[in-house]
Amino acid sequence: MEDASQLAIEARVAEEQRHHSVTPFFWVWGTLLVLTAIEVYLGYQNMEPKRMLTILMGLSIVKAALIIGYFMHMKYEASRMRLLTMCSLVFCLAMMMVFFPDAFRIIYLGVR
Amino acid sequence: MAEAALPQNVAAIYEPSLFGTYSKKVGMWLFLLSDSLTFGALLYAYSYGRISIANWPTPFHSGSIINATIMTAFLLTSSLTMVLAVNAAARGNEGARRLWLLATMACGTGFVVLHGREWSHLISEGLRLSIFPAVPNQETASEFVNVSKAVPQFASTFFALTGMHMLHVTLGVVYLGIIALRRKFIPILFGCWLVAWLATPSYSPFHYAAHVLLIAALACSLILWLKPKVYDAADTEVAGLYWHFVDLVWMFIFPLVYIMSTKII
Repeated sequence: MEDASQLAIEARVAEEQRHHSVTPFFWVWGTLLVLTAIEVYLGYQNMEPKRMLTILMGLSIVKAALIIGYFMHMKYEASRMRLLTMCSLVFCLAMMMVFFPDAFRIIYLGVR
Repeated sequence: MAEAALPQNVAAIYEPSLFGTYSKKVGMWLFLLSDSLTFGALLYAYSYGRISIANWPTPFHSGSIINATIMTAFLLTSSLTMVLAVNAAARGNEGARRLWLLATMACGTGFVVLHGREWSHLISEGLRLSIFPAVPNQETASEFVNVSKAVPQFASTFFALTGMHMLHVTLGVVYLGIIALRRKFIPILFGCWLVAWLATPSYSPFHYAAHVLLIAALACSLILWLKPKVYDAADTEVAGLYWHFVDLVWMFIFPLVYIMSTKII
């Protein structure tokens, strides 16, 4: 059997979602398409790779925030849920950046 | 039965959820966090190679960029239809829920087909991994043969990253198919496996990758046999989280892999 308290929470969440208007989702979808078009435009500009990477990753983070916030309903979740998931994700991904100085060492100093 | 002994006002006597939502959703979020680290590692590996190798190839012609842009539009549109499916499920509109789920699956399938076509084109041009079967009558002067030899990291990270994502999209379409059609989707899945297996030449990696559909069909049959149920609004929302995650990951793969490697003539 399913836990009765779980079913009660599921019913409450569905009730909350019934009141969400779908209009913002269309706006988010349009914005994501426009941002994608900007990325493609930037791809054909003869830009320095580091600068281009910074702009593209900035745009990707904006797109990711829109998807997580609106499409994945994180905007409507409890603050504890938002903090736990987003802080742990950002922390773990940021920890992986420890590899990048080594990549710069190779390109500037060569392999020893 | 245990639930017969529960009083009517169950929500009042149970301790409220710590995260203000049901455990299935929290479980899916935890899975997605772990999966984001998998993709994070692959994206960092690609970026590491991109930075540390001076002659990193920029092989994608406008044809590839247009193809990848259409794929992105397919995924973004599938996220919109998925949101509409979740909304319809919350309103209890079963017909609309199924329709929007099928629309999402159609967009996802379109993405996989376009991506498969892109892979096949790159492989026929010489961009390949050593584990791929040799393409008969392939000219050694093909465009990407030198790329594969000079910078083998490009092919390795490209196929690992986009292949992992394609696998996720494929399994997402299967997941949505089960949520939308339940048992009726199993024969469709077996049919898709047969078509994918028989329609691809034996030297194509998709000839072997098609067996993912067979494994998925068998696993889904087992799950539906062991735990048959009607999928409700919560199940649709949890499936939607997975689907949006797949879309989210592509928002990083597309600029990093394709846009950053555009061939400007």
